[in-house]
Amino acid sequence: MYRETQIIAGSSHPSFAEVGQPGEFIINVGPQHPATHGVLHLVITLSGETIKKVEPHLGYIHRSIEKMCESLSYRQFIYVTSRMDYLSAHINNHACAMCVEKGLQVEIPPRAQVIRVLMDELTRIASHELWWGAMAMDLGAFTPFFHAFRERETINDIMEETCGARLTMNYMVPGGVMQDIHPDFQKRVKEFIQLYKRKVHEYDEMVTGNIIFQNRMKNVGVLSAEDAISYGCTGPTGRGSGVSCDIRKLYPYEIYSTLEFDEVLETGGDSFARYMVRIREMNQSIRIIEQLIDNIPEGEVLTKTKAVLKLPKGEFYTRVETARGELGVYIVSEGGTNPFRIKFRSPGFSNLSVLDHIARGSKIGDLVAMMGTLDLVIPDIDR
Amino acid sequence: MSVGKYIKDVWGAVRSLGRGMKRTLYYFTHHKEIITQQYPDNRETLNLPERFKGEVVMPHDEKNEHRCTGCQACELACPNGTIKVVTRFDMIDGKKKKAIDKLVYHLELCTMCNLCIEACPSDAIKMAQTFEHSVFDRNKLTKILNNPGSKIMDGVE
Repeated sequence: MYRETQIIAGSSHPSFAEVGQPGEFIINVGPQHPATHGVLHLVITLSGETIKKVEPHLGYIHRSIEKMCESLSYRQFIYVTSRMDYLSAHINNHACAMCVEKGLQVEIPPRAQVIRVLMDELTRIASHELWWGAMAMDLGAFTPFFHAFRERETINDIMEETCGARLTMNYMVPGGVMQDIHPDFQKRVKEFIQLYKRKVHEYDEMVTGNIIFQNRMKNVGVLSAEDAISYGCTGPTGRGSGVSCDIRKLYPYEIYSTLEFDEVLETGGDSFARYMVRIREMNQSIRIIEQLIDNIPEGEVLTKTKAVLKLPKGEFYTRVETARGELGVYIVSEGGTNPFRIKFRSPGFSNLSVLDHIARGSKIGDLVAMMGTLDLVIPDIDR
Repeated sequence: MSVGKYIKDVWGAVRSLGRGMKRTLYYFTHHKEIITQQYPDNRETLNLPERFKGEVVMPHDEKNEHRCTGCQACELACPNGTIKVVTRFDMIDGKKKKAIDKLVYHLELCTMCNLCIEACPSDAIKMAQTFEHSVFDRNKLTKILNNPGSKIMDGVE
């Protein structure tokens, strides 16, 4: 089924060929196409302008991260996971650090917990900002990209100051966080909240309320709640269909159970519902940051752990809510210093698998809009 | 579709486009609101955060002395073999003493994960705030961090 159209990139087939029934055409989108946000290769079967089938071909950016992790120690493997979903690198590191802590049965200090949650939520906003800009760019609006990056750059500067890097931070380590927050951190985050609140109405004015945008998003790529569950869609993709799947609410980790925030749910299931979930989620993240930024408890940020970490024999699983959905980290330990097996349940893979289902029967012009609302990050899918 | 709804739709569409254009015109007339940023060409006045992870360096003092004992903790902590510590034995007062011969650092492999800095027990290495690493010859990316003729600082064990 995987290659049922028998079209393989780089073979003697032309990239645009008439196959199967008369009038059916095959089009390759990607592997290097600006609208796929990475090296994703879609083989689309078309009948006229109507999509008959979408086959994603994966593996162009496969780096065998799971296998690599088996040869690294429990401290070392966390940095690799920043390279999976690089837009929510903090949250990936958080999941891995939490899984190792679960195995070690280490309690992390309250200050580190608050810092972790703050960083997670800042990352979530940064990720959604980039998605919003790229989403508008997919539909042909170029300016919103710069407006989104103005706010995102502020978050990146905060990250740079505290973690020392802008994208792949490796800030969360087993036992807490690597360094204490920068003295200016609270001030800078408050400045960011001010900037965000002053500018967020532009998002609605420029993109959300725009009639062209709404017509291209509403009733396009409808995903029912049942299908969202059966395809394993999580995150904003699932919540856009009305499936309650926010791990922060359902299986609270760290201090999420003590925080006040709403799980954003939309019932439309179309592209516009998924869009609105992300926009509203940014406001919820701001709400979480506002609750925590003045209440960071004093104390240590790192629990003392042994120099060489050894997990007891067994299996450990943790899950977190990344900007794209549920990320699960599954570690099998044989009692040594390296994991025996690591499996990542990445949200992007399940969300991509639904693309064929929602795209069938719609026009090819809408494909990019649907793909944009799924918020695909290809290194997360391929790993 | 009734005529009334049709006219209402058209009116709503025009209004939504007008709202967007208003935002565009606002930025057209307010040049002071900066949205994009310049590439940091101002190398002299540029202040990067002190935690910025650019590359691993080994600070030396004015007597050409460093703090590295050659314990290889950084080499063990590194996830991808970026650091190689080559040690030798010096004869000091008739006793053999371990010292570093070379600390080889492969910048081309480094992912700036900061694990070596965290592992170092004597604060011998730190991250430098450099950011332009491209060179024409990749051999230049393999660096030896200790200066030639340098030795260990007194009192560092």
